[in-house]
Amino acid sequence: MQRKRKLGRGVAVVGAGMSKFGMFKDKDSKDLFVEAFNEMLSSVDKGADPNDIDALYLGNFTNDFWVHSAHWGPVISDLIGLTPKPATRTEGACASSALAFREGVFAIASGFYDVVLVSGVEEMSKRSTEEVTEGLAMATSSYEAEVGFTFPGVFGAVATAYFEKYGATREHLMNVTIKSHNNARLNPKAQFNLSIRDTMNSKIARAEKRGEPVPTWRDEKEFLRDPKANPVVAWPMHLYDCCPISDGAACMLLVAEEMAKSFTDNPLYVVGIGQGSGRALHAADDNTCFEATRYAAKEAYDMSGLKPEDIQFAEVHDCFSIAEIIHPEDLGFFKPGEGYKAVEQGLTRLDGPKPINTSGGLKCKGHPVGATGVAQLFEVWEQLRGEAGERQVPIKDLRIGAAHNLGGTGGTCSFTILERR
Amino acid sequence: MEERPFSDISYKQYLNEEKLMGSRCKKCGALFLPPRSICIKCHGSDMEWVEMKGKGKLVAFTCITVGPPFMIEEGYDRAHPYCSGVAELEEGVKIVARIEGVDTTKPETIKIGTPLTVRYLHRGEAENMKTYLAFSV
Repeated sequence: MQRKRKLGRGVAVVGAGMSKFGMFKDKDSKDLFVEAFNEMLSSVDKGADPNDIDALYLGNFTNDFWVHSAHWGPVISDLIGLTPKPATRTEGACASSALAFREGVFAIASGFYDVVLVSGVEEMSKRSTEEVTEGLAMATSSYEAEVGFTFPGVFGAVATAYFEKYGATREHLMNVTIKSHNNARLNPKAQFNLSIRDTMNSKIARAEKRGEPVPTWRDEKEFLRDPKANPVVAWPMHLYDCCPISDGAACMLLVAEEMAKSFTDNPLYVVGIGQGSGRALHAADDNTCFEATRYAAKEAYDMSGLKPEDIQFAEVHDCFSIAEIIHPEDLGFFKPGEGYKAVEQGLTRLDGPKPINTSGGLKCKGHPVGATGVAQLFEVWEQLRGEAGERQVPIKDLRIGAAHNLGGTGGTCSFTILERR
Repeated sequence: MEERPFSDISYKQYLNEEKLMGSRCKKCGALFLPPRSICIKCHGSDMEWVEMKGKGKLVAFTCITVGPPFMIEEGYDRAHPYCSGVAELEEGVKIVARIEGVDTTKPETIKIGTPLTVRYLHRGEAENMKTYLAFSV
Protein backbone atom coordinates (compact mmCIF):
# COMPACT_ATOMS: atom_id res chain seq x y z
CA MET A 1 0.00 0.00 0.00
CA GLN A 2 1.04 3.57 -0.72
CA ARG A 3 1.81 5.13 2.66
CA LYS A 4 1.63 8.86 3.34
CA ARG A 5 4.81 10.55 2.13
CA LYS A 6 6.73 13.22 4.00
CA LEU A 7 9.96 15.15 3.58
CA GLY A 8 12.78 14.64 6.09
CA ARG A 9 12.90 18.44 6.40
CA GLY A 10 11.01 21.21 4.66
CA VAL A 11 12.12 22.68 1.34
CA ALA A 12 11.44 26.21 0.05
CA VAL A 13 11.70 27.93 -3.32
CA VAL A 14 13.50 31.27 -2.97
CA GLY A 15 14.24 32.20 -6.57
CA ALA A 16 13.03 31.42 -10.08
CA GLY A 17 13.87 32.42 -13.63
CA MET A 18 12.75 31.56 -17.12
CA SER A 19 14.09 32.50 -20.55
CA LYS A 20 11.72 33.72 -23.18
CA PHE A 21 10.32 30.70 -25.02
CA GLY A 22 10.32 30.58 -28.80
CA MET A 23 12.22 29.44 -31.88
CA PHE A 24 15.58 31.19 -31.79
CA LYS A 25 18.03 31.14 -34.69
CA ASP A 26 20.56 33.20 -32.75
CA LYS A 27 20.40 31.50 -29.32
CA ASP A 28 21.33 27.99 -28.24
CA SER A 29 20.82 25.92 -25.08
CA LYS A 30 23.63 27.71 -23.23
CA ASP A 31 22.39 31.20 -24.08
CA LEU A 32 18.87 30.34 -22.96
CA PHE A 33 20.13 28.80 -19.73
CA VAL A 34 22.17 31.91 -18.91
CA GLU A 35 19.07 34.03 -19.49
CA ALA A 36 17.05 31.91 -17.04
CA PHE A 37 19.88 31.68 -14.49
CA ASN A 38 20.53 35.43 -14.41
CA GLU A 39 16.83 36.11 -13.95
CA MET A 40 16.69 33.53 -11.15
CA LEU A 41 19.60 35.21 -9.34
CA SER A 42 18.04 38.65 -9.59
CA SER A 43 14.70 37.25 -8.36
CA VAL A 44 16.16 36.32 -4.95
CA ASP A 45 14.96 39.27 -2.87
CA LYS A 46 17.89 39.36 -0.45
CA GLY A 47 20.42 38.07 -2.97
CA ALA A 48 22.03 34.69 -3.55
CA ASP A 49 25.70 33.83 -4.00
CA PRO A 50 26.25 31.18 -6.72
CA ASN A 51 29.13 29.88 -4.58
CA ASP A 52 26.56 28.71 -2.02
CA ILE A 53 24.89 26.35 -4.50
CA ASP A 54 25.70 22.77 -3.45
CA ALA A 55 24.51 20.93 -6.55
CA LEU A 56 22.78 21.25 -9.90
CA TYR A 57 19.96 19.07 -11.25
CA LEU A 58 19.22 19.58 -14.94
CA GLY A 59 16.22 18.21 -16.81
CA ASN A 60 16.92 17.64 -20.50
CA PHE A 61 15.09 15.19 -22.75
CA THR A 62 17.28 14.81 -25.76
CA ASN A 63 19.96 17.26 -26.70
CA ASP A 64 21.54 13.90 -27.66
CA PHE A 65 19.24 13.68 -30.66
CA TRP A 66 18.39 17.28 -31.50
CA VAL A 67 21.76 18.91 -30.78
CA HIS A 68 23.88 15.75 -31.21
CA SER A 69 25.50 16.36 -27.86
CA ALA A 70 24.77 14.47 -24.64
CA HIS A 71 25.85 14.72 -21.00
CA TRP A 72 24.62 18.26 -20.38
CA GLY A 73 24.86 18.28 -16.58
CA PRO A 74 28.53 19.30 -16.44
CA VAL A 75 28.19 21.50 -19.55
CA ILE A 76 25.67 23.69 -17.72
CA SER A 77 27.52 23.44 -14.40
CA ASP A 78 30.65 24.80 -16.07
CA LEU A 79 28.66 27.42 -18.01
CA ILE A 80 27.47 29.10 -14.81
CA GLY A 81 30.62 28.52 -12.77
CA LEU A 82 29.47 25.73 -10.47
CA THR A 83 32.14 23.11 -11.23
CA PRO A 84 33.42 21.06 -9.44
CA LYS A 85 30.04 20.91 -7.65
CA PRO A 86 28.03 17.87 -8.75
CA ALA A 87 25.69 18.12 -11.74
CA THR A 88 23.06 15.47 -12.47
CA ARG A 89 20.91 15.27 -15.56
CA THR A 90 17.41 13.83 -15.23
CA GLU A 91 15.45 12.41 -18.16
CA GLY A 92 11.71 11.73 -18.09
CA ALA A 93 10.83 12.86 -21.63
CA CYS A 94 8.62 15.97 -21.36
CA ALA A 95 8.68 15.63 -17.54
CA SER A 96 12.48 15.75 -17.37
CA SER A 97 12.75 18.90 -15.29
CA ALA A 98 9.91 17.99 -12.93
CA LEU A 99 12.21 15.10 -12.03
CA ALA A 100 15.12 17.52 -11.58
CA PHE A 101 12.94 19.58 -9.21
CA ARG A 102 11.95 16.44 -7.31
CA GLU A 103 15.51 15.16 -6.98
CA GLY A 104 16.56 18.59 -5.74
CA VAL A 105 13.81 18.54 -3.14
CA PHE A 106 14.87 15.07 -1.96
CA ALA A 107 18.54 16.08 -1.80
CA ILE A 108 17.70 18.93 0.58
CA ALA A 109 15.02 17.01 2.50
CA SER A 110 17.54 14.26 3.22
CA GLY A 111 19.84 16.80 4.84
CA PHE A 112 22.62 16.17 2.36
CA TYR A 113 22.52 19.60 0.67
CA ASP A 114 21.18 23.00 1.79
CA VAL A 115 21.04 24.97 -1.49
CA VAL A 116 20.27 23.34 -4.83
CA LEU A 117 19.71 24.69 -8.34
CA VAL A 118 17.00 22.78 -10.24
CA SER A 119 16.53 23.48 -13.91
CA GLY A 120 15.63 22.38 -17.40
CA VAL A 121 16.67 23.19 -20.94
CA GLU A 122 15.77 22.08 -24.45
CA GLU A 123 16.67 23.28 -27.92
CA MET A 124 14.42 21.96 -30.70
CA SER A 125 13.91 24.55 -33.40
CA LYS A 126 17.10 24.03 -35.38
CA ARG A 127 15.76 20.66 -36.60
CA SER A 128 13.13 20.06 -39.27
CA THR A 129 9.56 19.29 -38.19
CA GLU A 130 10.12 15.66 -39.28
CA GLU A 131 13.26 15.36 -37.13
CA VAL A 132 11.53 16.89 -34.11
CA THR A 133 8.62 14.48 -34.66
CA GLU A 134 11.06 11.57 -34.81
CA GLY A 135 12.86 12.74 -31.67
CA LEU A 136 9.64 13.09 -29.71
CA ALA A 137 8.43 9.70 -30.94
CA MET A 138 11.49 8.23 -29.21
CA ALA A 139 9.53 8.80 -25.99
CA THR A 140 6.47 6.84 -27.11
CA SER A 141 6.59 3.08 -26.50
CA SER A 142 8.43 1.12 -29.18
CA TYR A 143 5.19 -0.70 -30.03
CA GLU A 144 3.49 2.61 -30.74
CA ALA A 145 6.39 4.05 -32.74
CA GLU A 146 6.64 0.95 -34.94
CA VAL A 147 3.08 1.23 -36.18
CA GLY A 148 3.52 4.91 -37.01
CA PHE A 149 2.23 6.64 -33.88
CA THR A 150 3.61 10.12 -33.36
CA PHE A 151 3.05 12.20 -30.22
CA PRO A 152 0.11 14.07 -31.70
CA GLY A 153 -1.06 10.67 -32.96
CA VAL A 154 -1.18 9.13 -29.49
CA PHE A 155 -3.16 12.08 -28.14
CA GLY A 156 -5.36 12.01 -31.25
CA ALA A 157 -6.21 8.38 -30.46
CA VAL A 158 -6.86 9.29 -26.81
CA ALA A 159 -9.20 12.04 -28.04
CA THR A 160 -11.24 9.61 -30.19
CA ALA A 161 -11.63 7.28 -27.20
CA TYR A 162 -12.64 10.23 -24.97
CA PHE A 163 -15.13 11.56 -27.56
CA GLU A 164 -16.70 8.10 -27.84
CA LYS A 165 -17.01 7.59 -24.09
CA TYR A 166 -18.18 11.05 -23.04
CA GLY A 167 -19.73 12.66 -26.11
CA ALA A 168 -17.24 15.52 -26.47
CA THR A 169 -16.39 16.85 -29.94
CA ARG A 170 -13.74 18.92 -31.73
CA GLU A 171 -15.75 22.02 -30.83
CA HIS A 172 -14.89 21.37 -27.17
CA LEU A 173 -11.19 21.15 -27.99
CA MET A 174 -11.49 24.58 -29.64
CA ASN A 175 -12.63 26.07 -26.32
CA VAL A 176 -9.30 25.01 -24.81
CA THR A 177 -7.30 26.53 -27.66
CA ILE A 178 -9.15 29.86 -27.52
CA LYS A 179 -8.69 30.10 -23.74
CA SER A 180 -4.97 29.21 -23.91
CA HIS A 181 -4.32 31.93 -26.49
CA ASN A 182 -6.26 34.49 -24.42
CA ASN A 183 -3.99 33.78 -21.43
CA ALA A 184 -0.75 33.71 -23.44
CA ARG A 185 -1.63 37.12 -24.88
CA LEU A 186 -0.89 38.45 -21.39
CA ASN A 187 2.41 36.57 -21.02
CA PRO A 188 5.40 38.45 -22.47
CA LYS A 189 7.55 35.30 -22.34
CA ALA A 190 5.10 33.16 -24.31
CA GLN A 191 6.01 31.91 -27.76
CA PHE A 192 2.58 32.90 -29.11
CA ASN A 193 1.33 35.90 -27.18
CA LEU A 194 -1.57 36.45 -29.54
CA SER A 195 -5.23 35.60 -29.07
CA ILE A 196 -6.91 33.59 -31.84
CA ARG A 197 -8.73 36.82 -32.74
CA ASP A 198 -5.36 38.64 -33.04
CA THR A 199 -4.10 35.83 -35.28
CA MET A 200 -7.19 36.05 -37.49
CA ASN A 201 -6.82 39.84 -37.78
CA SER A 202 -3.17 39.59 -38.75
CA LYS A 203 -3.94 36.96 -41.41
CA ILE A 204 -6.73 39.16 -42.78
CA ALA A 205 -4.43 42.19 -42.84
CA ARG A 206 -1.74 40.21 -44.63
CA ALA A 207 -4.18 38.95 -47.28
CA GLU A 208 -5.43 42.50 -47.86
CA LYS A 209 -1.89 43.82 -48.18
CA ARG A 210 -0.95 41.14 -50.71
CA GLY A 211 -4.18 41.54 -52.66
CA GLU A 212 -5.14 37.92 -51.93
CA PRO A 213 -8.70 36.70 -51.23
CA VAL A 214 -9.59 38.01 -47.75
CA PRO A 215 -10.83 35.31 -45.35
CA THR A 216 -14.32 35.84 -43.95
CA TRP A 217 -14.28 33.95 -40.65
CA ARG A 218 -17.20 35.03 -38.47
CA ASP A 219 -15.63 33.96 -35.20
CA GLU A 220 -12.73 32.05 -33.66
CA LYS A 221 -14.38 28.66 -34.11
CA GLU A 222 -14.97 29.26 -37.79
CA PHE A 223 -11.28 30.07 -38.13
CA LEU A 224 -10.37 26.86 -36.26
CA ARG A 225 -12.75 24.83 -38.47
CA ASP A 226 -11.06 26.17 -41.64
CA PRO A 227 -8.74 23.38 -42.85
CA LYS A 228 -6.49 25.91 -44.60
CA ALA A 229 -5.98 27.94 -41.42
CA ASN A 230 -5.94 24.92 -39.11
CA PRO A 231 -4.84 21.76 -40.97
CA VAL A 232 -4.90 18.23 -39.57
CA VAL A 233 -1.73 16.98 -37.88
CA ALA A 234 -3.03 13.73 -36.41
CA TRP A 235 -6.81 13.66 -36.52
CA PRO A 236 -8.60 14.94 -34.50
CA MET A 237 -5.53 16.94 -33.47
CA HIS A 238 -5.15 19.96 -35.75
CA LEU A 239 -2.36 22.52 -35.83
CA TYR A 240 -4.02 24.69 -33.16
CA ASP A 241 -4.51 21.67 -30.88
CA CYS A 242 -0.74 21.09 -30.70
CA CYS A 243 2.02 22.71 -28.69
CA PRO A 244 4.75 24.24 -30.86
CA ILE A 245 8.41 23.37 -31.36
CA SER A 246 10.27 25.51 -28.83
CA ASP A 247 13.60 26.45 -27.32
CA GLY A 248 13.88 27.55 -23.71
CA ALA A 249 15.26 27.15 -20.21
CA ALA A 250 14.02 27.61 -16.65
CA CYS A 251 15.55 27.31 -13.20
CA MET A 252 14.69 27.57 -9.52
CA LEU A 253 16.70 27.91 -6.35
CA LEU A 254 15.68 25.50 -3.59
CA VAL A 255 16.88 25.82 0.00
CA ALA A 256 16.24 24.12 3.33
CA GLU A 257 13.10 25.60 4.89
CA GLU A 258 14.90 26.95 7.95
CA MET A 259 17.19 29.04 5.71
CA ALA A 260 14.48 30.43 3.45
CA LYS A 261 13.95 33.74 5.23
CA SER A 262 17.61 34.67 4.80
CA PHE A 263 16.97 34.68 1.04
CA THR A 264 13.51 36.26 0.91
CA ASP A 265 10.58 37.27 3.09
CA ASN A 266 8.28 35.70 0.51
CA PRO A 267 9.38 32.09 -0.12
CA LEU A 268 7.15 29.30 -1.38
CA TYR A 269 7.05 25.95 0.37
CA VAL A 270 6.93 22.51 -1.24
CA VAL A 271 3.90 20.98 0.49
CA GLY A 272 3.04 18.15 -1.90
CA ILE A 273 5.12 16.27 -4.43
CA GLY A 274 4.08 13.14 -6.30
CA GLN A 275 5.27 11.08 -9.21
CA GLY A 276 3.82 8.07 -11.02
CA SER A 277 4.59 5.90 -14.00
CA GLY A 278 2.19 4.63 -16.62
CA ARG A 279 1.84 2.21 -19.50
CA ALA A 280 1.55 2.47 -23.26
CA LEU A 281 -1.81 2.79 -25.05
CA HIS A 282 -2.34 -0.95 -25.54
CA ALA A 283 -1.50 -1.85 -21.93
CA ALA A 284 -3.47 0.95 -20.23
CA ASP A 285 -6.81 -0.22 -18.87
CA ASP A 286 -8.51 3.00 -19.95
CA ASN A 287 -7.41 5.25 -22.82
CA THR A 288 -9.40 8.24 -21.55
CA CYS A 289 -7.24 8.95 -18.49
CA PHE A 290 -3.64 8.68 -17.27
CA GLU A 291 -2.97 6.28 -14.41
CA ALA A 292 0.40 7.89 -13.63
CA THR A 293 -1.22 11.30 -13.08
CA ARG A 294 -3.78 9.82 -10.70
CA TYR A 295 -1.03 8.11 -8.69
CA ALA A 296 1.14 11.26 -8.58
CA ALA A 297 -1.84 13.37 -7.51
CA LYS A 298 -2.80 10.98 -4.71
CA GLU A 299 0.76 11.00 -3.41
CA ALA A 300 0.89 14.81 -3.42
CA TYR A 301 -2.58 15.28 -1.92
CA ASP A 302 -1.93 12.73 0.84
CA MET A 303 1.42 14.31 1.69
CA SER A 304 -0.03 17.83 1.86
CA GLY A 305 -3.34 17.00 3.49
CA LEU A 306 -4.91 19.11 0.74
CA LYS A 307 -7.81 18.20 -1.53
CA PRO A 308 -8.34 19.02 -5.21
CA GLU A 309 -10.70 21.87 -4.22
CA ASP A 310 -7.89 23.46 -2.17
CA ILE A 311 -5.73 23.96 -5.29
CA GLN A 312 -6.57 27.54 -6.30
CA PHE A 313 -5.01 27.38 -9.78
CA ALA A 314 -2.80 24.97 -11.70
CA GLU A 315 -0.54 24.55 -14.67
CA VAL A 316 -1.30 21.22 -16.37
CA HIS A 317 0.57 19.48 -19.17
CA ASP A 318 -1.48 20.59 -22.21
CA CYS A 319 0.86 19.23 -24.88
CA PHE A 320 -2.37 18.82 -26.89
CA SER A 321 -5.80 20.38 -26.32
CA ILE A 322 -7.37 17.06 -25.29
CA ALA A 323 -4.76 16.77 -22.53
CA GLU A 324 -6.02 19.95 -20.86
CA ILE A 325 -9.46 18.33 -20.69
CA ILE A 326 -8.25 15.01 -19.26
CA HIS A 327 -5.60 16.10 -16.73
CA PRO A 328 -7.92 18.25 -14.58
CA GLU A 329 -10.17 15.17 -14.33
CA ASP A 330 -7.24 12.96 -13.29
CA LEU A 331 -6.19 15.60 -10.75
CA GLY A 332 -9.67 15.53 -9.23
CA PHE A 333 -10.64 19.10 -10.19
CA PHE A 334 -13.57 17.76 -12.20
CA LYS A 335 -15.23 14.34 -12.43
CA PRO A 336 -14.24 12.02 -15.31
CA GLY A 337 -16.12 13.13 -18.41
CA GLU A 338 -16.79 16.61 -16.96
CA GLY A 339 -13.50 18.28 -18.00
CA TYR A 340 -14.73 19.42 -21.40
CA LYS A 341 -17.89 20.88 -19.86
CA ALA A 342 -15.83 22.79 -17.29
CA VAL A 343 -13.82 24.45 -20.09
CA GLU A 344 -17.01 25.22 -22.02
CA GLN A 345 -18.55 26.85 -18.92
CA GLY A 346 -15.44 29.02 -18.47
CA LEU A 347 -14.52 27.50 -15.10
CA THR A 348 -10.84 27.24 -16.12
CA ARG A 349 -10.50 30.78 -17.48
CA LEU A 350 -8.14 33.25 -15.85
CA ASP A 351 -11.14 34.85 -14.11
CA GLY A 352 -12.90 31.54 -13.43
CA PRO A 353 -13.06 29.62 -10.13
CA LYS A 354 -10.27 27.18 -11.16
CA PRO A 355 -7.84 28.93 -13.53
CA ILE A 356 -5.84 26.41 -15.58
CA ASN A 357 -2.69 27.28 -17.51
CA THR A 358 -2.65 30.99 -16.79
CA SER A 359 0.72 31.12 -18.58
CA GLY A 360 -0.92 30.09 -21.85
CA GLY A 361 0.20 26.52 -21.21
CA LEU A 362 2.49 24.44 -23.34
CA LYS A 363 0.20 25.21 -26.28
CA CYS A 364 1.00 28.93 -26.33
CA LYS A 365 3.78 29.61 -23.85
CA GLY A 366 5.80 26.96 -25.72
CA HIS A 367 7.10 23.50 -24.85
CA PRO A 368 10.88 23.13 -24.87
CA VAL A 369 10.29 19.68 -23.43
CA GLY A 370 13.12 19.38 -20.90
CA ALA A 371 12.46 22.89 -19.55
CA THR A 372 8.70 22.60 -19.18
CA GLY A 373 8.43 21.08 -15.67
CA VAL A 374 10.36 23.88 -13.99
CA ALA A 375 8.80 26.48 -16.31
CA GLN A 376 5.33 25.43 -15.11
CA LEU A 377 6.49 25.92 -11.52
CA PHE A 378 7.90 29.30 -12.55
CA GLU A 379 4.32 30.35 -13.41
CA VAL A 380 3.13 29.09 -10.01
CA TRP A 381 5.95 31.14 -8.42
CA GLU A 382 4.95 34.34 -10.22
CA GLN A 383 1.25 33.89 -9.47
CA LEU A 384 1.69 33.05 -5.77
CA ARG A 385 4.02 36.03 -5.27
CA GLY A 386 1.64 38.36 -7.08
CA GLU A 387 4.15 39.03 -9.84
CA ALA A 388 2.18 37.78 -12.85
CA GLY A 389 1.29 41.25 -14.11
CA GLU A 390 -1.71 41.41 -16.44
CA ARG A 391 -2.41 37.70 -16.10
CA GLN A 392 -2.44 37.72 -12.29
CA VAL A 393 -5.15 35.35 -11.03
CA PRO A 394 -7.80 37.64 -9.50
CA ILE A 395 -8.52 35.32 -6.54
CA LYS A 396 -8.08 37.03 -3.14
CA ASP A 397 -5.49 35.53 -0.81
CA LEU A 398 -3.83 33.34 -3.43
CA ARG A 399 -1.87 30.80 -1.40
CA ILE A 400 -1.84 27.39 -3.09
CA GLY A 401 -0.91 26.56 -6.67
CA ALA A 402 0.21 23.40 -8.41
CA ALA A 403 1.87 22.08 -11.54
CA HIS A 404 1.27 18.80 -13.37
CA ASN A 405 3.94 17.60 -15.79
CA LEU A 406 3.58 14.58 -18.08
CA GLY A 407 6.35 12.76 -19.91
CA GLY A 408 6.02 10.57 -22.96
CA THR A 409 2.54 9.27 -23.54
CA GLY A 410 1.82 9.26 -19.82
CA GLY A 411 4.86 7.19 -18.86
CA THR A 412 6.10 9.70 -16.29
CA CYS A 413 3.78 12.11 -14.49
CA SER A 414 4.42 14.45 -11.60
CA PHE A 415 2.27 16.76 -9.49
CA THR A 416 3.79 19.44 -7.29
CA ILE A 417 1.92 21.70 -4.86
CA LEU A 418 3.50 24.95 -3.68
CA GLU A 419 2.22 27.12 -0.82
CA ARG A 420 2.78 30.73 0.18
CA ARG A 421 2.46 31.13 3.94
CA MET B 1 4.20 -25.10 -28.87
CA GLU B 2 7.93 -24.61 -29.36
CA GLU B 3 9.97 -22.92 -26.65
CA ARG B 4 10.81 -19.39 -27.66
CA PRO B 5 11.61 -16.78 -25.02
CA PHE B 6 8.68 -14.51 -24.16
CA SER B 7 10.36 -11.46 -25.69
CA ASP B 8 9.85 -8.68 -28.21
CA ILE B 9 12.27 -10.50 -30.54
CA SER B 10 10.12 -13.64 -30.49
CA TYR B 11 6.98 -11.53 -30.94
CA LYS B 12 8.46 -9.97 -34.08
CA GLN B 13 9.64 -13.35 -35.41
CA TYR B 14 6.09 -14.62 -35.06
CA LEU B 15 4.76 -11.56 -36.89
CA ASN B 16 7.12 -12.42 -39.76
CA GLU B 17 5.48 -15.87 -39.75
CA GLU B 18 2.01 -14.23 -39.75
CA LYS B 19 1.18 -15.31 -36.24
CA LEU B 20 -0.07 -12.90 -33.57
CA MET B 21 1.26 -14.40 -30.37
CA GLY B 22 0.75 -13.39 -26.75
CA SER B 23 1.70 -14.96 -23.45
CA ARG B 24 -0.49 -16.28 -20.64
CA CYS B 25 0.51 -16.60 -17.00
CA LYS B 26 0.12 -20.23 -15.97
CA LYS B 27 -0.34 -19.17 -12.35
CA CYS B 28 -3.12 -16.57 -12.60
CA GLY B 29 -4.26 -16.88 -16.21
CA ALA B 30 -3.60 -13.23 -17.17
CA LEU B 31 -3.11 -12.77 -20.92
CA PHE B 32 -0.57 -10.35 -22.43
CA LEU B 33 -0.06 -9.01 -25.93
CA PRO B 34 2.75 -8.37 -26.85
CA PRO B 35 4.04 -11.23 -24.69
CA ARG B 36 5.53 -10.53 -21.27
CA SER B 37 7.96 -12.79 -19.47
CA ILE B 38 6.85 -11.52 -16.05
CA CYS B 39 3.17 -11.41 -15.18
CA ILE B 40 2.26 -7.86 -14.10
CA LYS B 41 -0.81 -9.13 -12.22
CA CYS B 42 0.81 -11.74 -9.93
CA HIS B 43 4.54 -11.40 -10.74
CA GLY B 44 4.65 -15.04 -11.77
CA SER B 45 7.13 -15.96 -14.48
CA ASP B 46 5.79 -19.27 -15.75
CA MET B 47 4.28 -18.37 -19.12
CA GLU B 48 2.82 -20.15 -22.12
CA TRP B 49 2.33 -18.95 -25.70
CA VAL B 50 -1.20 -18.22 -26.91
CA GLU B 51 -2.07 -17.52 -30.54
CA MET B 52 -4.65 -14.77 -31.08
CA LYS B 53 -7.48 -15.36 -33.53
CA GLY B 54 -6.85 -11.95 -35.05
CA LYS B 55 -10.39 -10.61 -34.71
CA GLY B 56 -11.35 -7.52 -32.76
CA LYS B 57 -12.74 -3.99 -32.88
CA LEU B 58 -11.39 -0.47 -33.12
CA VAL B 59 -11.27 1.38 -29.77
CA ALA B 60 -9.12 4.44 -30.60
CA PHE B 61 -7.45 5.81 -33.73
CA THR B 62 -5.77 8.74 -35.43
CA CYS B 63 -5.07 9.74 -39.03
CA ILE B 64 -1.58 11.15 -39.26
CA THR B 65 -0.45 13.70 -41.86
CA VAL B 66 2.99 14.43 -40.36
CA GLY B 67 4.69 11.08 -39.82
CA PRO B 68 8.17 9.89 -38.92
CA PRO B 69 10.75 9.37 -41.73
CA PHE B 70 9.99 5.65 -42.26
CA MET B 71 6.33 6.41 -42.91
CA ILE B 72 7.22 9.29 -45.24
CA GLU B 73 9.39 6.82 -47.16
CA GLU B 74 6.31 4.63 -47.57
CA GLY B 75 4.66 7.54 -49.37
CA TYR B 76 2.52 9.02 -46.60
CA ASP B 77 2.28 12.80 -46.32
CA ARG B 78 -0.16 15.67 -45.72
CA ALA B 79 -2.23 14.67 -48.76
CA HIS B 80 -1.99 10.94 -47.99
CA PRO B 81 -2.47 10.36 -44.26
CA TYR B 82 -2.21 6.95 -42.64
CA CYS B 83 -4.26 5.54 -39.79
CA SER B 84 -2.82 4.09 -36.58
CA GLY B 85 -5.08 2.78 -33.87
CA VAL B 86 -5.79 0.59 -30.89
CA ALA B 87 -7.57 -2.72 -31.53
CA GLU B 88 -9.32 -4.65 -28.77
CA LEU B 89 -9.21 -8.34 -29.59
CA GLU B 90 -11.87 -10.96 -28.90
CA GLU B 91 -9.47 -12.44 -26.34
CA GLY B 92 -9.84 -9.20 -24.31
CA VAL B 93 -6.36 -7.70 -24.85
CA LYS B 94 -5.56 -4.49 -26.73
CA ILE B 95 -2.80 -3.89 -29.26
CA VAL B 96 -1.60 -0.89 -31.30
CA ALA B 97 -1.49 -1.38 -35.07
CA ARG B 98 -1.76 0.26 -38.47
CA ILE B 99 -5.42 0.42 -39.55
CA GLU B 100 -6.08 -0.37 -43.21
CA GLY B 101 -9.11 -0.04 -45.43
CA VAL B 102 -10.39 3.24 -43.99
CA ASP B 103 -10.65 6.61 -45.77
CA THR B 104 -7.92 8.54 -43.97
CA THR B 105 -8.82 11.74 -45.79
CA LYS B 106 -12.30 11.54 -44.20
CA PRO B 107 -11.45 10.53 -40.63
CA GLU B 108 -14.87 11.64 -39.39
CA THR B 109 -16.29 8.59 -41.24
CA ILE B 110 -14.17 6.14 -39.21
CA LYS B 111 -16.17 4.69 -36.33
CA ILE B 112 -15.04 3.38 -32.97
CA GLY B 113 -16.30 -0.18 -32.58
CA THR B 114 -15.72 -1.12 -36.25
CA PRO B 115 -14.86 -4.88 -36.54
CA LEU B 116 -11.24 -5.56 -37.49
CA THR B 117 -9.24 -8.48 -38.89
CA VAL B 118 -5.49 -8.88 -38.54
CA ARG B 119 -3.13 -8.30 -41.49
CA TYR B 120 0.64 -8.47 -41.74
CA LEU B 121 2.57 -5.84 -43.69
CA HIS B 122 5.93 -7.30 -44.71
CA ARG B 123 8.79 -4.98 -45.64
CA GLY B 124 12.23 -6.16 -46.85
CA GLU B 125 13.36 -9.71 -47.64
CA ALA B 126 14.76 -12.78 -45.83
CA GLU B 127 16.72 -11.88 -42.68
CA ASN B 128 16.03 -8.17 -43.29
CA MET B 129 12.29 -8.77 -43.31
CA LYS B 130 10.29 -6.63 -40.92
CA THR B 131 6.59 -7.06 -40.35
CA TYR B 132 4.22 -4.34 -39.22
CA LEU B 133 1.06 -5.38 -37.47
CA ALA B 134 -2.08 -4.09 -39.14
CA PHE B 135 -5.81 -4.59 -38.91
CA SER B 136 -8.23 -4.02 -41.74
CA VAL B 137 -11.90 -3.15 -41.52
